[in-house]
Amino acid sequence: MNNRYSRQELFTPIGKAGQENISRKHVLIIGAGALGSAGAEALVRAGIGQLTIVDRDYVEWSNLQRQQLYTEDDARNRLPKVIAAKNRLSAINSSVSIEAIIADASALELKEWTQNVDLIIDATDNFETRMMINDAAQMYGIPWIYGACVGSYGITYTIIPKKTPCLSCLLGTVPLGGLTCDTAGIIGPAVNMVVSYQISEALKILVGDSDSLRNKLISFDLWKNQYSAIKVEKLKKKDCPSCGKERTYPYLSFENQTKTAVLCGRDSVQIRPAHPVVRDLEALEKTLQKQGGTVQRNPYLLSFSTGSHRLVIFQDGRVIVHGTKNISEAKTLYHRYFG
Amino acid sequence: MNVIVNGESVQLQDGIENVKDLLEHYDIQDKVVVVEVNGNILTSAQHQSTRLSDKDRIEIVHFVGGG
Ligand SMILES: [Zn+2]
Repeated sequence: MNNRYSRQELFTPIGKAGQENISRKHVLIIGAGALGSAGAEALVRAGIGQLTIVDRDYVEWSNLQRQQLYTEDDARNRLPKVIAAKNRLSAINSSVSIEAIIADASALELKEWTQNVDLIIDATDNFETRMMINDAAQMYGIPWIYGACVGSYGITYTIIPKKTPCLSCLLGTVPLGGLTCDTAGIIGPAVNMVVSYQISEALKILVGDSDSLRNKLISFDLWKNQYSAIKVEKLKKKDCPSCGKERTYPYLSFENQTKTAVLCGRDSVQIRPAHPVVRDLEALEKTLQKQGGTVQRNPYLLSFSTGSHRLVIFQDGRVIVHGTKNISEAKTLYHRYFG
Repeated sequence: MNVIVNGESVQLQDGIENVKDLLEHYDIQDKVVVVEVNGNILTSAQHQSTRLSDKDRIEIVHFVGGG
Protein backbone atom coordinates (compact mmCIF):
# COMPACT_ATOMS: atom_id res chain seq x y z
CA MET A 1 0.00 0.00 0.00
CA ASN A 2 1.39 3.42 -0.95
CA ASN A 3 0.82 6.48 1.19
CA ARG A 4 -1.26 8.56 -1.19
CA TYR A 5 -3.84 9.40 1.50
CA SER A 6 -1.34 10.06 4.30
CA ARG A 7 -2.03 13.80 4.53
CA GLN A 8 -5.77 13.23 4.72
CA GLU A 9 -5.29 10.53 7.39
CA LEU A 10 -3.12 12.89 9.44
CA PHE A 11 -6.06 15.29 9.50
CA THR A 12 -7.61 14.16 12.79
CA PRO A 13 -11.34 14.46 11.94
CA ILE A 14 -10.74 11.98 9.10
CA GLY A 15 -7.90 9.74 10.31
CA LYS A 16 -7.31 6.17 9.14
CA ALA A 17 -10.81 5.07 10.08
CA GLY A 18 -12.37 7.95 8.15
CA GLN A 19 -10.27 7.17 5.09
CA GLU A 20 -11.43 3.57 5.30
CA ASN A 21 -15.03 4.83 5.31
CA ILE A 22 -14.42 7.16 2.38
CA SER A 23 -12.97 4.32 0.32
CA ARG A 24 -16.20 2.33 0.65
CA LYS A 25 -18.54 5.13 -0.41
CA HIS A 26 -20.39 5.64 -3.68
CA VAL A 27 -21.12 9.22 -4.75
CA LEU A 28 -23.41 10.37 -7.57
CA ILE A 29 -22.61 13.67 -9.27
CA ILE A 30 -25.29 15.10 -11.52
CA GLY A 31 -23.64 17.41 -14.03
CA ALA A 32 -20.09 17.49 -15.36
CA GLY A 33 -19.74 21.19 -16.07
CA ALA A 34 -17.75 23.55 -13.87
CA LEU A 35 -19.05 22.38 -10.48
CA GLY A 36 -19.09 18.73 -11.53
CA SER A 37 -15.52 18.78 -12.87
CA ALA A 38 -14.08 20.31 -9.73
CA GLY A 39 -16.21 18.24 -7.37
CA ALA A 40 -15.40 14.98 -9.14
CA GLU A 41 -11.68 15.66 -9.14
CA ALA A 42 -11.71 16.48 -5.42
CA LEU A 43 -13.62 13.32 -4.51
CA VAL A 44 -11.55 11.05 -6.73
CA ARG A 45 -8.33 12.46 -5.27
CA ALA A 46 -9.79 11.99 -1.78
CA GLY A 47 -10.20 8.30 -2.59
CA ILE A 48 -13.91 7.51 -2.67
CA GLY A 49 -14.73 3.95 -3.70
CA GLN A 50 -17.13 4.62 -6.52
CA LEU A 51 -18.24 7.60 -8.58
CA THR A 52 -21.18 7.82 -10.95
CA ILE A 53 -21.17 10.98 -13.03
CA VAL A 54 -23.97 12.02 -15.36
CA ASP A 55 -24.07 14.76 -17.98
CA ARG A 56 -26.00 15.46 -21.18
CA ASP A 57 -23.50 17.64 -22.99
CA TYR A 58 -20.17 17.56 -24.83
CA VAL A 59 -17.02 19.66 -24.35
CA GLU A 60 -16.89 23.04 -26.09
CA TRP A 61 -14.19 25.71 -26.19
CA SER A 62 -16.14 28.04 -23.91
CA ASN A 63 -15.94 25.37 -21.17
CA LEU A 64 -12.16 25.37 -20.90
CA GLN A 65 -11.91 28.63 -18.93
CA ARG A 66 -13.28 26.92 -15.80
CA GLN A 67 -14.14 23.24 -16.32
CA GLN A 68 -10.93 21.84 -14.97
CA LEU A 69 -11.05 18.27 -16.27
CA TYR A 70 -11.14 19.19 -19.96
CA THR A 71 -8.50 19.91 -22.58
CA GLU A 72 -8.34 21.47 -26.04
CA ASP A 73 -8.36 17.98 -27.55
CA ASP A 74 -11.66 17.22 -25.81
CA ALA A 75 -13.20 20.39 -27.28
CA ARG A 76 -11.79 19.67 -30.73
CA ASN A 77 -13.20 16.13 -30.66
CA ARG A 78 -16.52 17.22 -29.12
CA LEU A 79 -16.13 14.47 -26.56
CA PRO A 80 -19.12 13.96 -24.26
CA LYS A 81 -18.16 15.59 -20.96
CA VAL A 82 -18.50 12.45 -18.87
CA ILE A 83 -16.26 10.47 -21.26
CA ALA A 84 -13.56 13.15 -21.13
CA ALA A 85 -14.05 13.38 -17.36
CA LYS A 86 -13.70 9.65 -16.88
CA ASN A 87 -10.48 9.59 -18.92
CA ARG A 88 -8.92 12.29 -16.79
CA LEU A 89 -10.27 11.02 -13.45
CA SER A 90 -9.03 7.47 -14.11
CA ALA A 91 -5.57 8.88 -14.82
CA ILE A 92 -5.70 10.78 -11.51
CA ASN A 93 -6.78 7.82 -9.40
CA SER A 94 -7.06 4.40 -11.02
CA SER A 95 -8.39 2.75 -7.87
CA VAL A 96 -11.73 4.57 -8.02
CA SER A 97 -14.47 2.79 -9.94
CA ILE A 98 -15.97 5.38 -12.26
CA GLU A 99 -19.20 5.09 -14.19
CA ALA A 100 -19.82 7.72 -16.89
CA ILE A 101 -23.40 8.17 -18.06
CA ILE A 102 -24.24 10.32 -21.10
CA ALA A 103 -27.82 11.32 -20.40
CA ASP A 104 -30.24 14.05 -19.49
CA ALA A 105 -31.25 12.89 -16.02
CA SER A 106 -34.88 11.77 -16.16
CA ALA A 107 -37.07 11.01 -13.14
CA LEU A 108 -36.97 7.29 -13.80
CA GLU A 109 -33.19 7.15 -14.08
CA LEU A 110 -32.66 9.43 -11.10
CA LYS A 111 -34.67 7.10 -8.91
CA GLU A 112 -32.63 4.15 -10.10
CA TRP A 113 -29.25 5.86 -9.55
CA THR A 114 -30.22 7.32 -6.17
CA GLN A 115 -31.01 3.93 -4.65
CA ASN A 116 -27.42 2.76 -4.95
CA VAL A 117 -25.46 5.73 -3.61
CA ASP A 118 -24.44 7.23 -0.27
CA LEU A 119 -24.50 10.86 -1.36
CA ILE A 120 -25.52 13.07 -4.29
CA ILE A 121 -23.64 16.20 -5.34
CA ASP A 122 -25.65 18.73 -7.32
CA ALA A 123 -23.66 20.13 -10.22
CA THR A 124 -26.53 20.82 -12.59
CA ASP A 125 -27.30 24.11 -14.28
CA ASN A 126 -31.07 24.08 -13.90
CA PHE A 127 -33.79 23.87 -11.25
CA GLU A 128 -35.91 21.33 -13.09
CA THR A 129 -33.25 18.67 -12.52
CA ARG A 130 -32.54 19.90 -8.98
CA MET A 131 -36.17 19.49 -7.97
CA MET A 132 -36.08 15.91 -9.30
CA ILE A 133 -32.88 15.24 -7.35
CA ASN A 134 -34.58 16.72 -4.28
CA ASP A 135 -37.56 14.38 -4.61
CA ALA A 136 -35.48 11.28 -5.34
CA ALA A 137 -33.19 12.06 -2.38
CA GLN A 138 -36.19 12.38 -0.06
CA MET A 139 -37.74 9.21 -1.43
CA TYR A 140 -34.66 7.12 -0.63
CA GLY A 141 -33.31 9.11 2.33
CA ILE A 142 -30.05 10.08 0.63
CA PRO A 143 -28.26 13.34 1.56
CA TRP A 144 -27.53 15.78 -1.26
CA ILE A 145 -25.65 19.04 -1.53
CA TYR A 146 -27.11 21.92 -3.53
CA GLY A 147 -24.57 24.19 -5.19
CA ALA A 148 -24.84 26.90 -7.84
CA CYS A 149 -22.99 29.94 -9.07
CA VAL A 150 -23.20 32.84 -11.49
CA GLY A 151 -20.81 35.73 -12.04
CA SER A 152 -18.79 35.99 -8.83
CA TYR A 153 -21.71 34.76 -6.70
CA GLY A 154 -22.23 31.31 -5.25
CA ILE A 155 -24.70 29.52 -3.01
CA THR A 156 -24.78 26.12 -1.32
CA TYR A 157 -26.83 24.12 1.16
CA THR A 158 -26.63 20.56 2.47
CA ILE A 159 -29.94 18.72 2.55
CA ILE A 160 -30.27 15.82 4.97
CA PRO A 161 -33.57 13.93 4.73
CA LYS A 162 -35.61 13.89 7.97
CA LYS A 163 -33.37 16.61 9.45
CA THR A 164 -33.09 19.75 7.37
CA PRO A 165 -35.58 21.56 5.17
CA CYS A 166 -35.46 20.34 1.57
CA LEU A 167 -34.96 22.51 -1.51
CA SER A 168 -38.71 22.66 -2.07
CA CYS A 169 -39.16 24.01 1.52
CA LEU A 170 -36.58 26.71 0.83
CA LEU A 171 -37.86 27.79 -2.56
CA GLY A 172 -41.48 27.88 -1.43
CA THR A 173 -44.30 27.95 -3.93
CA VAL A 174 -42.52 30.21 -6.37
CA PRO A 175 -42.94 29.02 -9.94
CA LEU A 176 -39.68 27.74 -11.35
CA GLY A 177 -40.05 30.23 -14.19
CA GLY A 178 -38.87 32.85 -11.69
CA LEU A 179 -35.50 31.12 -11.68
CA THR A 180 -34.58 31.86 -15.25
CA CYS A 181 -31.31 31.55 -17.06
CA ASP A 182 -28.38 33.51 -15.77
CA THR A 183 -26.42 35.17 -18.51
CA ALA A 184 -23.96 37.10 -16.37
CA GLY A 185 -21.01 34.82 -17.11
CA ILE A 186 -19.00 33.09 -14.44
CA ILE A 187 -15.49 33.26 -13.02
CA GLY A 188 -13.55 30.17 -11.97
CA PRO A 189 -12.98 31.19 -8.33
CA ALA A 190 -16.74 31.34 -7.68
CA VAL A 191 -17.02 27.77 -8.97
CA ASN A 192 -14.19 26.56 -6.79
CA MET A 193 -15.54 28.28 -3.70
CA VAL A 194 -18.91 26.53 -4.07
CA VAL A 195 -17.12 23.24 -4.66
CA SER A 196 -14.92 23.74 -1.58
CA TYR A 197 -18.06 24.05 0.54
CA GLN A 198 -19.73 21.11 -1.18
CA ILE A 199 -16.79 18.74 -0.88
CA SER A 200 -16.04 19.69 2.74
CA GLU A 201 -19.62 18.80 3.58
CA ALA A 202 -19.34 15.66 1.46
CA LEU A 203 -16.26 14.48 3.38
CA LYS A 204 -18.04 15.06 6.70
CA ILE A 205 -20.95 12.96 5.49
CA LEU A 206 -18.72 10.22 4.06
CA VAL A 207 -16.73 9.81 7.29
CA GLY A 208 -19.92 9.96 9.35
CA ASP A 209 -19.16 13.22 11.19
CA SER A 210 -22.66 14.67 10.95
CA ASP A 211 -22.13 16.90 14.02
CA SER A 212 -19.68 18.96 12.01
CA LEU A 213 -22.09 19.73 9.18
CA ARG A 214 -22.65 23.43 8.62
CA ASN A 215 -26.46 23.55 8.86
CA LYS A 216 -26.64 26.94 7.19
CA LEU A 217 -27.53 28.33 3.80
CA ILE A 218 -24.31 29.90 2.53
CA SER A 219 -23.93 32.56 -0.12
CA PHE A 220 -21.02 34.77 -1.10
CA ASP A 221 -19.91 37.23 -3.72
CA LEU A 222 -16.17 37.14 -4.32
CA TRP A 223 -16.15 40.37 -6.32
CA LYS A 224 -18.40 42.43 -4.05
CA ASN A 225 -16.70 40.94 -0.98
CA GLN A 226 -19.92 39.74 0.61
CA TYR A 227 -20.68 36.65 2.64
CA SER A 228 -23.81 35.43 4.32
CA ALA A 229 -24.79 32.36 6.36
CA ILE A 230 -28.41 31.89 7.39
CA LYS A 231 -30.01 29.31 9.66
CA VAL A 232 -32.97 28.05 7.70
CA GLU A 233 -34.33 25.13 9.73
CA LYS A 234 -37.48 27.16 10.52
CA LEU A 235 -38.37 27.02 6.82
CA LYS A 236 -38.96 23.26 7.00
CA LYS A 237 -42.60 22.81 6.08
CA LYS A 238 -44.80 20.08 7.54
CA ASP A 239 -46.95 20.15 4.41
CA CYS A 240 -44.03 20.18 1.94
CA PRO A 241 -44.93 18.07 -1.13
CA SER A 242 -41.39 16.68 -1.27
CA CYS A 243 -40.45 16.07 2.40
CA GLY A 244 -43.65 16.59 4.41
CA LYS A 245 -45.95 14.03 5.98
CA GLU A 246 -48.19 13.61 2.98
CA ARG A 247 -45.52 13.91 0.37
CA THR A 248 -46.25 13.18 -3.28
CA TYR A 249 -42.81 13.77 -4.89
CA PRO A 250 -44.39 16.00 -7.55
CA TYR A 251 -41.21 16.50 -9.56
CA LEU A 252 -40.79 12.80 -10.25
CA SER A 253 -44.19 12.44 -11.81
CA PHE A 254 -43.86 13.92 -15.29
CA GLU A 255 -42.55 11.28 -17.62
CA ASN A 256 -42.93 9.75 -21.03
CA GLN A 257 -43.17 12.90 -23.02
CA THR A 258 -40.91 14.51 -25.53
CA LYS A 259 -39.10 17.13 -23.54
CA THR A 260 -37.61 20.33 -24.79
CA ALA A 261 -35.42 22.75 -22.89
CA VAL A 262 -33.70 25.97 -23.84
CA LEU A 263 -30.12 25.58 -22.61
CA CYS A 264 -28.95 28.41 -20.38
CA GLY A 265 -27.01 31.18 -22.11
CA ARG A 266 -26.14 28.97 -25.05
CA ASP A 267 -28.48 29.86 -27.89
CA SER A 268 -29.41 26.17 -28.01
CA VAL A 269 -32.43 23.95 -27.50
CA GLN A 270 -32.33 20.34 -26.33
CA ILE A 271 -34.96 17.88 -27.51
CA ARG A 272 -35.29 14.54 -25.76
CA PRO A 273 -37.42 11.77 -27.30
CA ALA A 274 -40.34 10.41 -25.31
CA HIS A 275 -38.83 6.95 -25.10
CA PRO A 276 -35.15 6.06 -25.00
CA VAL A 277 -33.88 4.88 -28.36
CA VAL A 278 -30.50 3.74 -29.65
CA ARG A 279 -29.53 5.59 -32.80
CA ASP A 280 -27.31 4.05 -35.45
CA LEU A 281 -25.06 7.08 -35.90
CA GLU A 282 -23.13 5.54 -38.78
CA ALA A 283 -26.25 4.97 -40.85
CA LEU A 284 -27.51 8.43 -39.96
CA GLU A 285 -24.23 9.93 -41.12
CA LYS A 286 -24.72 8.39 -44.57
CA THR A 287 -28.28 9.70 -44.82
CA LEU A 288 -27.36 13.20 -43.74
CA GLN A 289 -24.41 13.42 -46.12
CA LYS A 290 -26.91 13.29 -48.98
CA GLN A 291 -28.81 16.27 -47.51
CA GLY A 292 -25.98 18.79 -47.95
CA GLY A 293 -24.34 20.41 -44.98
CA THR A 294 -21.36 19.13 -42.99
CA VAL A 295 -21.43 15.93 -40.97
CA GLN A 296 -18.93 14.95 -38.29
CA ARG A 297 -19.14 11.90 -36.08
CA ASN A 298 -17.36 10.40 -33.08
CA PRO A 299 -18.35 7.17 -31.27
CA TYR A 300 -20.83 9.05 -29.04
CA LEU A 301 -22.46 11.71 -31.15
CA LEU A 302 -22.95 13.15 -34.60
CA SER A 303 -22.78 16.82 -35.50
CA PHE A 304 -24.62 18.15 -38.56
CA SER A 305 -24.20 21.77 -39.72
CA THR A 306 -26.68 23.31 -42.07
CA GLY A 307 -27.01 27.05 -42.71
CA SER A 308 -26.76 28.92 -39.40
CA HIS A 309 -27.77 25.86 -37.38
CA ARG A 310 -25.85 22.94 -36.03
CA LEU A 311 -27.64 19.84 -34.78
CA VAL A 312 -25.90 17.39 -32.48
CA ILE A 313 -27.49 13.99 -31.97
CA PHE A 314 -26.47 11.54 -29.26
CA GLN A 315 -26.83 7.76 -29.31
CA ASP A 316 -29.79 7.96 -26.91
CA GLY A 317 -31.69 10.04 -29.48
CA ARG A 318 -31.29 13.38 -27.76
CA VAL A 319 -30.64 16.32 -30.05
CA ILE A 320 -29.13 19.69 -29.22
CA VAL A 321 -30.04 22.33 -31.80
CA HIS A 322 -27.50 25.18 -31.79
CA GLY A 323 -28.20 28.60 -33.24
CA THR A 324 -31.70 29.11 -31.88
CA LYS A 325 -33.56 29.75 -28.63
CA ASN A 326 -36.87 29.13 -30.32
CA ILE A 327 -38.36 25.77 -29.35
CA SER A 328 -40.69 25.45 -32.34
CA GLU A 329 -37.92 26.31 -34.80
CA ALA A 330 -35.74 23.68 -33.10
CA LYS A 331 -38.51 21.10 -33.31
CA THR A 332 -38.99 21.81 -37.01
CA LEU A 333 -35.30 21.16 -37.68
CA TYR A 334 -35.41 18.06 -35.47
CA HIS A 335 -38.30 16.55 -37.41
CA ARG A 336 -36.85 17.52 -40.77
CA TYR A 337 -33.59 15.67 -40.22
CA PHE A 338 -34.24 13.05 -37.57
CA GLY A 339 -37.85 12.04 -38.19
CA MET B 1 -31.71 55.03 8.25
CA ASN B 2 -28.57 52.98 8.48
CA VAL B 3 -28.73 49.19 8.29
CA ILE B 4 -26.27 46.33 7.84
CA VAL B 5 -26.89 44.23 4.73
CA ASN B 6 -24.82 41.05 4.37
CA GLY B 7 -22.24 42.48 6.74
CA GLU B 8 -21.96 45.86 5.03
CA SER B 9 -23.22 49.14 6.44
CA VAL B 10 -25.75 50.75 4.08
CA GLN B 11 -27.46 54.15 4.24
CA LEU B 12 -31.05 53.66 3.04
CA GLN B 13 -32.87 56.48 1.29
CA ASP B 14 -36.28 57.61 2.56
CA GLY B 15 -39.16 55.50 1.35
CA ILE B 16 -37.49 52.15 1.98
CA GLU B 17 -39.58 51.07 4.93
CA ASN B 18 -39.96 47.31 4.79
CA VAL B 19 -38.17 44.23 3.45
CA LYS B 20 -40.16 44.29 0.22
CA ASP B 21 -38.97 47.85 -0.45
CA LEU B 22 -35.41 46.79 0.23
CA LEU B 23 -35.59 43.90 -2.26
CA GLU B 24 -36.97 46.30 -4.87
CA HIS B 25 -34.17 48.72 -4.09
CA TYR B 26 -31.65 45.99 -4.92
CA ASP B 27 -33.75 44.96 -7.95
CA ILE B 28 -34.06 41.38 -6.72
CA GLN B 29 -37.82 41.40 -6.03
CA ASP B 30 -38.32 38.85 -8.81
CA LYS B 31 -35.69 36.46 -7.51
CA VAL B 32 -36.24 33.69 -5.03
CA VAL B 33 -34.69 34.92 -1.80
CA VAL B 34 -34.32 34.01 1.83
CA VAL B 35 -34.19 37.03 4.14
CA GLU B 36 -33.15 37.18 7.78
CA VAL B 37 -33.63 40.30 9.92
CA ASN B 38 -31.80 40.44 13.26
CA GLY B 39 -31.49 36.67 13.30
CA ASN B 40 -35.15 36.01 12.48
CA ILE B 41 -35.83 34.24 9.23
CA LEU B 42 -38.82 35.50 7.25
CA THR B 43 -41.24 33.71 4.99
CA SER B 44 -41.93 35.56 1.74
CA ALA B 45 -45.39 36.47 3.06
CA GLN B 46 -43.67 38.49 5.81
CA HIS B 47 -41.55 40.66 3.51
CA GLN B 48 -44.05 43.47 3.24
CA SER B 49 -45.12 43.42 6.88
CA THR B 50 -41.58 43.44 8.26
CA ARG B 51 -40.68 47.07 8.89
CA LEU B 52 -37.03 48.06 8.99
CA SER B 53 -35.42 50.14 11.73
CA ASP B 54 -32.10 51.84 12.18
CA LYS B 55 -29.18 49.44 12.82
CA ASP B 56 -31.11 46.33 11.69
CA ARG B 57 -28.88 43.46 10.60
CA ILE B 58 -30.23 42.00 7.38
CA GLU B 59 -29.02 38.95 5.51
CA ILE B 60 -30.28 38.36 1.97
CA VAL B 61 -29.53 35.19 0.03
CA HIS B 62 -30.85 34.76 -3.49
CA PHE B 63 -31.05 31.46 -5.31
CA VAL B 64 -29.27 30.98 -8.62
CA GLY B 65 -29.22 28.02 -10.96
CA GLY B 66 -25.89 28.04 -12.82
CA GLY B 67 -23.32 25.36 -12.39
ZN1 LIG C 1 -39.43 20.02 2.01
